[in-house]
Amino acid sequence: MTAKEIFLSPIIDIENLGLDAGAHLLIKHGLNKIPVGGELLVTGNAPGWQAQLSAWCRAQGHPLTFIEGKAQITRSDIHAGRCRGATQTGSADPKQNGAVHEHAWPCYGLAARGATVEAGAPEYAFRLNQKHEVWADNAAELYAQAVAAQWNPDQAIDWNAAFELPDEVENAVAQVMTYMIENENAALVVPARFLGQMHPHFREVQAVLAIQVADEARHIDVFTRRLRLRGREPALSTAGGQASLKTLLDETDFSIAGFLLSVLGEGTFVSLLNFLHAHAPDPVTRQIARLAAIDEGRHVAFGMAHLLRRLKLEPEFRTRLTHAVETRNDALSGTSGLNEEVFDALILLAAGEFTPAAIATGYARVQTLMTDMAEGRLARLLRLGFEGKTAQRLAALHTRNFM
Amino acid sequence: MTRPFVMGAVAYAPKVVTIWEGFKEYFRARDFEFDFILYSNYERQVEAQFEGAIDIAWNSPLAWVRAERMARTRGQSVRAVAMRDTDCDLASVLVVRGDSAISEVSALRGKIVGFGAIDSPQANLIPLDHLRTQGLVAGRDYTARRFDVLGGKHGDHIGGERDAALSLMAGEIDAAWMIDGNHLAFSREGVLPAGATRIVARTGAYDHCNFTTSPGASEEQVARFVELLMGMAWDDPEVRPLLELEGLKAWRIGRTSGYAQLARAVDDERFYDSKGNILVTDYRY
Repeated sequence: MTAKEIFLSPIIDIENLGLDAGAHLLIKHGLNKIPVGGELLVTGNAPGWQAQLSAWCRAQGHPLTFIEGKAQITRSDIHAGRCRGATQTGSADPKQNGAVHEHAWPCYGLAARGATVEAGAPEYAFRLNQKHEVWADNAAELYAQAVAAQWNPDQAIDWNAAFELPDEVENAVAQVMTYMIENENAALVVPARFLGQMHPHFREVQAVLAIQVADEARHIDVFTRRLRLRGREPALSTAGGQASLKTLLDETDFSIAGFLLSVLGEGTFVSLLNFLHAHAPDPVTRQIARLAAIDEGRHVAFGMAHLLRRLKLEPEFRTRLTHAVETRNDALSGTSGLNEEVFDALILLAAGEFTPAAIATGYARVQTLMTDMAEGRLARLLRLGFEGKTAQRLAALHTRNFM
Repeated sequence: MTRPFVMGAVAYAPKVVTIWEGFKEYFRARDFEFDFILYSNYERQVEAQFEGAIDIAWNSPLAWVRAERMARTRGQSVRAVAMRDTDCDLASVLVVRGDSAISEVSALRGKIVGFGAIDSPQANLIPLDHLRTQGLVAGRDYTARRFDVLGGKHGDHIGGERDAALSLMAGEIDAAWMIDGNHLAFSREGVLPAGATRIVARTGAYDHCNFTTSPGASEEQVARFVELLMGMAWDDPEVRPLLELEGLKAWRIGRTSGYAQLARAVDDERFYDSKGNILVTDYRY
């Protein structure tokens, strides 16, 4: 190399910064601006910087020579090696065309959607890897809403609100809370199981499920706190109730599980929470029910959005949903449905006191609740495109355990 | 079945198993029967080269010096047929604390200098040679404090260099020797805080490991082995993890021009004699 050529090569001065203190970043920056095979001159005055630069260039695969006190690095193409055969994994913004792939391949692994994944990265076998099996176009918005709507039980609920209930009514509250907790356990476990099987490529759905799990954990906590507020322990958990919930956990298809749990079950649960918000005998239970109902409403919205999308792409999937309701009904035909204790507790709780007149009111309110639940199920089934008679039949076949 | 080409390697860390199992798979996928034997130390490995146990050895530079001497004594020959790109032109550096008054080698008189393992070419033998050529002899002009870790591994286990670096920062010694790349590695680890140390000397360039053939190894198998090594490309995602573990970007044809400093140090420090016998007495492996 002539003196003139040296003059023409880009040159950087790392001054007194050693490569043991970060000077390699300046050098990398300089190399990135020249083509492969191009030369970069480096000068510096940190003690031993030449030795450090030699070690660094050797490890990085860049040839190095020293000319007239300056280091001359030739940029090697070795670093391009990581990008050869690498996989492009869509893009971070789900609204961009082609951002979310129809099939999320195992080789995408845990990479952020949109990342370039080096060939040879380990493959992850996420079972839920098909977009149509899990996606909802409004998942990102539902997640954002959920984040904004998170509430802190210590602040959102006045645990010290004054109230006094007859023992029988307080017992009824404890029984209803016992029932709600086991239902919410199912509502936590079902999305949690799918969460671990979902390809992270579907980030927005993953986030919806994660916050749904967090919602349910909070519900379980506040129901338990309400139950213990007057020193009660959880009451009866029946075999029939648990059998009904077990059929939810046994369902391995994401869409069907979402249909049974969110659209039918949690949809029905929203009616129950609204009922408690309106008729519970104490302010704490009413507050809890109101907040939980808002959360559950979002869970229903996601389930609906996902199923509407899937049914649009795959109308024949409606037949599988029909079968799922029928099969579940068959599986539960030997159980008694909603247990007597819960049904009676709801009446008593809506009555508020142990008088014939109050009980008559409570009974009528629970009847209205049953009608509301059935109507709500029917409306959602119709919205999902089920034909009128089928929708009515399926709404009626839904578990008497509510969830 | 064709008799496999058997390589010896020293198990200085658990990753060695992963590396050579990967190589075995790579060679076999290309119809080259290959196997390996792991040794706990280089001395045993070099001796095995003369007992017919292995066809080739992945040798440290010191093991190369010994193998070459043993072969010469027996009227046989060994060859360095391949090495890593990162084995070429290494240097060791002498590091002091940033606030040290030592600015050149002559200022080490009366000081305590830290060295790596007794059998480490890069952190003991070559640095001793470097200081000797500058007129400084350990025990006479300065005190050598050795940080001996895992004898027989020829310094592959960098624990000795790291211990010396820690001792330097603790103020127990005045200077410490380490391979130039480890100076950067210890900085990244935080063992040597950024800018807290200064390089005051640097040895001449020397070469590190090589694949050393054993006397009597099949030339045909050696040639195929080298050919397959040279075909390992960093661009190949199946091979890249192995190259990363072994610390190279590309294999190069072996050369023996980079071992003169070490051979001189081996004589001056009386490590091996000219026949490759071990002379040093406080060496356990």
